[in-house]
Amino acid sequence: MPTAAEIATLESRRATRMRWWLSTPALAVVFLFAVAPLAVIVLYSFMEKGDYGDVKYWQFSLDGWFSVFFERGLFDDSIGIAQAHVSILWRSVKLAAITTLVTLLIGFPTAWFIATRPERQRDFWLFLITIPFWTNLLIRTFAIQEVFRNEGVLNSLLLWTGLIDKPFQIMFTDLGIFLGMAYVYLPLMVLPVYASLEKFDFRFAEAASDLYATNSRTLCHIILPMTRPAIIAGCILVFIPALGAYVTPRLLGGGKNLMLGNLIELQFGQARNWPLGAALSLTLTAAVMLALLVYVRVAAKSGGRAHG
Amino acid sequence: MARSHSVRHQRGFTFIALTCFFLLYLPMATMVVFAFNAGTTVGQLDGLSLRWFRAAWENDRIIDALLRSLTIAPIAAVIATAVATMAALATTRTAPYRGMSLKVAFINQPLMVPEIVTAVALLVVFARIKVWTGYTGLGYLIAAHTAFCVPFAFLPIRARLETMDLTLERAAADLYARPWATFRHITLPLLWPGILAGFMLAFVVSLDDVVITEFIKSAGQETLPTYMLGQLRRSVTPEMNAISTVFLGVSIAVVSLFFLLSRKKT
Repeated sequence: MPTAAEIATLESRRATRMRWWLSTPALAVVFLFAVAPLAVIVLYSFMEKGDYGDVKYWQFSLDGWFSVFFERGLFDDSIGIAQAHVSILWRSVKLAAITTLVTLLIGFPTAWFIATRPERQRDFWLFLITIPFWTNLLIRTFAIQEVFRNEGVLNSLLLWTGLIDKPFQIMFTDLGIFLGMAYVYLPLMVLPVYASLEKFDFRFAEAASDLYATNSRTLCHIILPMTRPAIIAGCILVFIPALGAYVTPRLLGGGKNLMLGNLIELQFGQARNWPLGAALSLTLTAAVMLALLVYVRVAAKSGGRAHG
Repeated sequence: MARSHSVRHQRGFTFIALTCFFLLYLPMATMVVFAFNAGTTVGQLDGLSLRWFRAAWENDRIIDALLRSLTIAPIAAVIATAVATMAALATTRTAPYRGMSLKVAFINQPLMVPEIVTAVALLVVFARIKVWTGYTGLGYLIAAHTAFCVPFAFLPIRARLETMDLTLERAAADLYARPWATFRHITLPLLWPGILAGFMLAFVVSLDDVVITEFIKSAGQETLPTYMLGQLRRSVTPEMNAISTVFLGVSIAVVSLFFLLSRKKT
């Protein structure tokens, strides 16, 4: 007869085997088709560029990484800043940041509005936010195009009221990209902020109010600090896809107003500079990881404060 | 009572919120209205008709793309849901162990990396494999879709498992039910809404994907979103309004179903 301890050991071995068997398929799928390709990209960023796309295998070179920020002169070996790349990087960060800020300024009051409705109405408003959230990004970008184009709703309206006498150009401008991104990413801000406000204990706000705090002071000193993790979560959820956006700038920005996502595509397509494309992809990934890291830090800190 | 009501009132918030809802729906409403346009001009409404829906329906390239989307999405979603369910069980139904949170982070990895980066990474790898093997079928798209659908299926299933009561499963085990019997008769029925929610998410995410598909598809493998992207880059035809309206209708149906499912008490 095996002892109780032996049975326990056998049981735990069985459990270990079991959980490995169960998780292996998912881990394998993600490894093969998401993690491993990223590792390949890292390798590619350090190789010599091929003549017609691809790379020259096992010929290592730092040119890809070098060209992310610098370029060599056409006629001599002078080294200058790669103006085009730096300006696209800067534009991407700038547009993503403005998009995040504007979605926050509109999204917070919207989430507040939903959270302060009577319980039975809440589901209805929430439903209205969820529909765009679930609708294909491509289709929402197309919808906003209908409004922005020169013969679109906005221009027709402005022309009709006589405020302008020739169409106001929004498509193919930075303004168009930013407005389009704010439109498509807005639900990503509203939903997490709403989730937090919905659970918010309004007795804290009432206490402040009883102590003669005005509503705006209560908002700034009680509600905003206590919902900070959710606000930051919303900002991260908007900032990350906005920074790597591909579809929206492609359709609203046209050929000239590139963002980082389009620059990456260009390197794998027309420019046929795969190592540079790989290095740019990793630069983007690093920026995203940095944003996530900041989020984890800040969320951990304010989480502790809210309960402490 | 009056007091608590006033704390909830912030000046201007209601106005911003209602404006926000208006602005959110104006573009989509415009798109839907123009889908029913009887005229050909993009910006001008000349009466209502279903002609663009018919035109889209009779366009072989659109139907071909639709059928391809409807081949990839269910296969990817079924595989993703199956492996995600297993992984969710492995990360909730055991005592916490070393490496568990690492597994969870690993499975969620596709969510952390920008889509365009995953797209070019897969392009690089698949381009090589295509040269080596000569195979250019739908397998690549199905594999890629499965991978990025896994976290979307994993999240709701795992959330459901975490909030589920363990008592019934323990009781079954105490009554000498074998692990498989416990799973089959206790865990699975309770988990079912989570699995369905995970499957729906995965299905919609696959159906909607445009960036990754655009980069890794072989020649002639348009899905509905990549076909639309191609068209929108050139010139907009009223057909696009019709397709988008149908897509929007599908989204509304799915959201409604999702709402009903999630409101059912456990």
